[in-house]
Amino acid sequence: MTDVVVSVLLIAGALLSLAAGIGLVRFPDLLSRMHAATKPQVLGLLLFLLALAVESGSWVLVPLLVLCWVFQLLTSPVSAHMVGRAGYRTRHLRRDLLTLDELDDVVVRAADDSDGPARPDLGSGRGAGGGT
Amino acid sequence: MTAVAYVVGGILAAGAVLALYRAVQGPSILDRVLALDVVLAIIGAALVLNMVVNRHLDNLILLVAISLIGFVGSVTVARFVTDRK
Repeated sequence: MTDVVVSVLLIAGALLSLAAGIGLVRFPDLLSRMHAATKPQVLGLLLFLLALAVESGSWVLVPLLVLCWVFQLLTSPVSAHMVGRAGYRTRHLRRDLLTLDELDDVVVRAADDSDGPARPDLGSGRGAGGGT
Repeated sequence: MTAVAYVVGGILAAGAVLALYRAVQGPSILDRVLALDVVLAIIGAALVLNMVVNRHLDNLILLVAISLIGFVGSVTVARFVTDRK
């Protein structure tokens, strides 16, 4: 019984990794590839760690595995945010695939606020001002 | 259980090959960083698979180290990507 549960969890996690690989190859631009790439980082790791916990069969291990997973859960959104932000500012995205770009208005407004007169050359996708 | 280990290893290897293809091919450096992040996640999955099959817990610290490396690496690269036109 344990072996069946462990096998199902392992195969599900591995299929998420395969889905991420296929998504990385097939998807058209950076933002949609980011959507595919986050699957094995969080859910795939969760399934693998659950498999390890079920296989070891003791509760002593669980806090350690939760620590592993929470660490990944805290770091991967931050790095995804940085990558997405850099991609937006350097225009590594296909605007014809976007249905809505709420950030564009914010960037234009921030450029108007901070620089006094509007600067139309900053309008599309370059962040205004420095900061991280 | 051994057969399952081989199947899971094969699927992970296929995913890693696809991610590496994107890392080699990727038009921008951000695509490469993203693909290498996925490769790191797959390596972590393979470490867990090793622990499950061989019934030991030696790789847990490597798992934490790998997620730390992925975090620092992608944040650093993304921070220094510039708009060069």
